[in-house]
Amino acid sequence: MIAFAPMKVALFAPCFIDQLYPHVAMAALQLLERLGVTVAVPEGAVCCGQPAANAGFETDGDGALARFVSTFAAYERVIVLSGSCAVHVRSHATADVASRTTELCTFLHDEIGLAALARLGTIFPRRVGVHIGCHALRGLGVARPSELRASPFDKVRAILGTVRGLTIADLARADECCGFGGSFAVREPAVSAKMGRDRLRDYQRGGATAIVSTDMSCLMHLGGLARRAQQELPMLHVAEVLAGTTS
Amino acid sequence: MTARRLTVIDHGRAAPVDHAAAAERFIADEERTDWHDGALWFLRQRRDAAVAMVPDWESLRENASAIKEHALSQLDTYLEQFERSAIANGVEVHWARDAEEHNRIVYGILEQRGARRLVKSKSMLTEECGLNRYLEARGIEVVDSDLGERIVQLRGEAPSHIVAPAIHLRREDIGDTFHEHLGTEKGASDPIVLVAAARAHLRERFLAADATLTGVNFAVAETGVLVVVTNEGNADLAMSLAPVHIASMGIEKVIPRMADLGVFLRVLARSATGQASTVYASHVRAPRSGQAIHVVLVDNGRSTQLGRTDFWRSLKCIRCGACMNTCPVYRRSGGHSYGATVPGPIGSVLTPGIDLKKYAALPFASTLCGSCTAVCPVKIDLDAQLYRWRQIVTKAGLAAPGTRVVMRMFGAVVSRPRWFEMIGAVVRGLLRAMPHRVMQKVAGPWSRARELPVAPAQSFREWYRTRETPS
Repeated sequence: MIAFAPMKVALFAPCFIDQLYPHVAMAALQLLERLGVTVAVPEGAVCCGQPAANAGFETDGDGALARFVSTFAAYERVIVLSGSCAVHVRSHATADVASRTTELCTFLHDEIGLAALARLGTIFPRRVGVHIGCHALRGLGVARPSELRASPFDKVRAILGTVRGLTIADLARADECCGFGGSFAVREPAVSAKMGRDRLRDYQRGGATAIVSTDMSCLMHLGGLARRAQQELPMLHVAEVLAGTTS
Repeated sequence: MTARRLTVIDHGRAAPVDHAAAAERFIADEERTDWHDGALWFLRQRRDAAVAMVPDWESLRENASAIKEHALSQLDTYLEQFERSAIANGVEVHWARDAEEHNRIVYGILEQRGARRLVKSKSMLTEECGLNRYLEARGIEVVDSDLGERIVQLRGEAPSHIVAPAIHLRREDIGDTFHEHLGTEKGASDPIVLVAAARAHLRERFLAADATLTGVNFAVAETGVLVVVTNEGNADLAMSLAPVHIASMGIEKVIPRMADLGVFLRVLARSATGQASTVYASHVRAPRSGQAIHVVLVDNGRSTQLGRTDFWRSLKCIRCGACMNTCPVYRRSGGHSYGATVPGPIGSVLTPGIDLKKYAALPFASTLCGSCTAVCPVKIDLDAQLYRWRQIVTKAGLAAPGTRVVMRMFGAVVSRPRWFEMIGAVVRGLLRAMPHRVMQKVAGPWSRARELPVAPAQSFREWYRTRETPS
């Protein structure tokens, strides 16, 4: 057996997850530890700067991104709990940190493997709607986007396939954007809300009893719309399902 | 539905485009919005099915992109080669710096020939130049002969889509328009009846035309051949009948060799409508006896765009409209909401370069989902260009009111962990303590259609510090 030092792994909970969805970061931490990964949550960076940059104020986000780089410079792998934050870091941070930054599902699929996930024996007897954030999809390539002519693959659905009892709702539009889009949600509220309602309708038609996503930002939007419509539809991060912290 | 909405584009003088407001008006009729969204999604599905039949699709896209990038990188050389080839074929070549010069040249040709009746086939460039109004003001009768374009022309509207100009209309709307203008029976909306009426109406115009004007899809530098693609054969009929053919083309339409054409013809129709090929792909080389062919090469801002490191690749566009069909925002806001000749993702990267102030809102009319980039047959990095235009818009002081201050504050807070924690705790406290009604009001546009998230007592980092370390 080849002996090698375990990789130095850090977990990054983006600003809004830290403040609004701490249970998602707790679930991710718990999950990684159960999988035998030693994870650090270093003090320092709280945001990658993406909200400002996507709104057209890149320089206002530079300070946060610089802190991200200095906080995580010493780690061999930075697991970001959001596809879109991970894409922002990967395309705008200095090359060394950018190339070592990944998103949770990609890390689980590529570096932990489905066999180890299956051994967790997670049970989640629900029909779920899968929502891969557009940046995770087309920016990180966690699945084949429907536009491309290539062999189909889907790391998120593969990961969820290790969960016993879980079935996946069929959708009319597999990877249509939910309409969140950061500042777009408040700048174009009519289109954003319409996109979200259409997406919810598609999940409902597919018989989903919960929505599982790579990105809590999409779920903040979809969840806000669902609750306004008094729809009982739990919005879950993939980490919560795998960690078994929800039912 | 006979009320006529005047949506003629007025470059330069009109107020800045407010996409969000226009989109909101569009969405107010939700049933119609669903229908519009569905009609365009149908095109996207047809495109997917057509693409699935081509095993080498992704390498075709690579090739198409590479040929266009090469042609654009030596545009001056290829344009001059095209000019030489065209002249050798007996075609007259004109150069127009801008829309005004283009219109003047076209009018000059018509005037010289004493032509009063012009039949046009599809040309987004002449929409861009405002040619119809220019000519009509000078006593020329202009008839758009593409069915969709004729419909919007009769209604006094601009096309809402570059391939399907009347996609925003239902057949009942068209029935009303034809009843008013072509005398069809009131309430008739059977497509067969309407198409027959349009055919009879247009046939008279084709036969009476003194001249025809067509767009150009591709101009081959090597041979001087112009390629015009249509599904209706309207361009072909007009070119075969009229003694004068004027072809207006943007300078980015030139491709080096005849051998390159096949790559584009294979991707164009599949991307646009899901057809393997358009019904007609006509090659125009030399005038027949007694006929005159004029080509007008139009810059109108294109060479400026070509000089922009971050945006020159937008000129690769072959106007297939696939980015519009796939855009979830376009499908739910309609082409007119962009207030530009070319709407949708490609329009939103082209127009800010023409008038930054007027089109400042357009780069923000996107979630940056990236579907446009993934369908684009010439691989234009549309979402990345939208992101870059956003940076330019805000630097020019044209950001939406209030966002400058909000983002500066946001940037200051999230780069300082202690401030972030303090302010985060205060905001969570407010969310938990204040009446729901008050917080919904504070959240502004967010809460028009959505509830705010339920704030937890403790942040993740607060919890992490007090956590008992395992093992």
